[in-house]
Amino acid sequence: MNQFKNFTKGFIKENPVLVLMLGLCPTLGVTTSAINGLGMGLATTFVLIMSNLFISALKGFIPSLVRIPIFIVIIATFVTIVELAMEAYVPALHEQLGLFIPLIVVNCIVLGRAEAFASKNNAFSSIIDGLSMGLGFAFALTLLGTIRELLGSGAIFGFNLLPEGTDGMLIFVLAPGAFLGLGYLMAIMNSTKKS
Amino acid sequence: MEYIIIILSAVFVNNIVFAQFLGTCPFMGVSKKISTSLGMGGAVLFVMTISTIFTYLLMQYVLVPFNLKYLQTIVFILVIAALVQMVEIILKKVSPPLYQALGIFLPLITTNCAVLGVAILTIQKDFNLLQGVVFAMSNAIGFSLALVILAGIREHLELMNVPKYMKGAPIALIVAGILSLAFMGFKGMV
Repeated sequence: MNQFKNFTKGFIKENPVLVLMLGLCPTLGVTTSAINGLGMGLATTFVLIMSNLFISALKGFIPSLVRIPIFIVIIATFVTIVELAMEAYVPALHEQLGLFIPLIVVNCIVLGRAEAFASKNNAFSSIIDGLSMGLGFAFALTLLGTIRELLGSGAIFGFNLLPEGTDGMLIFVLAPGAFLGLGYLMAIMNSTKKS
Repeated sequence: MEYIIIILSAVFVNNIVFAQFLGTCPFMGVSKKISTSLGMGGAVLFVMTISTIFTYLLMQYVLVPFNLKYLQTIVFILVIAALVQMVEIILKKVSPPLYQALGIFLPLITTNCAVLGVAILTIQKDFNLLQGVVFAMSNAIGFSLALVILAGIREHLELMNVPKYMKGAPIALIVAGILSLAFMGFKGMV
């Protein structure tokens, strides 16, 4: 496959969140602000690239009957690495994302790409695929995080845009805002699709 | 009293789907019909309770004494994956009707983050074994409740005149948002 096409597919055409509807839990759970969304997106990107690389490199040695548990162990290893690294270097973000970092392991995108792409293609295409899907995921999370942060607290990446003494619509930072925001975002994506 | 608080807070106040966003993939995926969502709820109740017991015991008697806490994620997900497989095999042998009802949902549960999430939360909250079991069961009930409510609404939505681009997932998400707003009304109950 054309590597450039392989790289760009994750952003719009096969965006894991907005089009394929995978990995909704972290999408809804951590996007209270743009920076949280970006952090989660990049952590997942790292796990995706590394697990794709290892799975495609090892695909000749993995018996197909027990492939799923093996994929899960490989993925869980990188999730643990990310978790420990984040706890050490960005403790504030680690605190914010909390439970959702270990839950990258059950993110359907990671296992889905391992099964659908990495176990069939060579290492280089798999890295590009992981990068594309991961950045597409990060893009969707950052977008939703920005929208929620802007509407909910009147700020983008922590820079306050509202005049002193005014508040945003709190509901968008709270739980219902996640569902509403993602619902409208998906409807907008649908309307841009060529029918 | 303590147990009643755990139950009420897990089912209503901190509902696992509407307040904590765990298990939203199956929540969107299998909430098209009430019957399938009841099946999924039953399967989750079963697996979540058993896996919380196993992961709790492993954590207390293996990982903590040997100072291997950092292996938590790997060990838990493997235990859950193995348990799901085992439950599937045992159910097939012991109770075919139950297997008929829950069978197709069991493989989906391995990647249901609610199961792993509750196992980790039980450890984080320092529950004892009985509290953990009650916590897991009430979370599963909360999950089933959310699933059945949304399925009921989506069955009606099928007949409604929904704007073209809102059909399917977007309108379901917005309904979930409004439900989540309603569940916020339980805040302060416990």
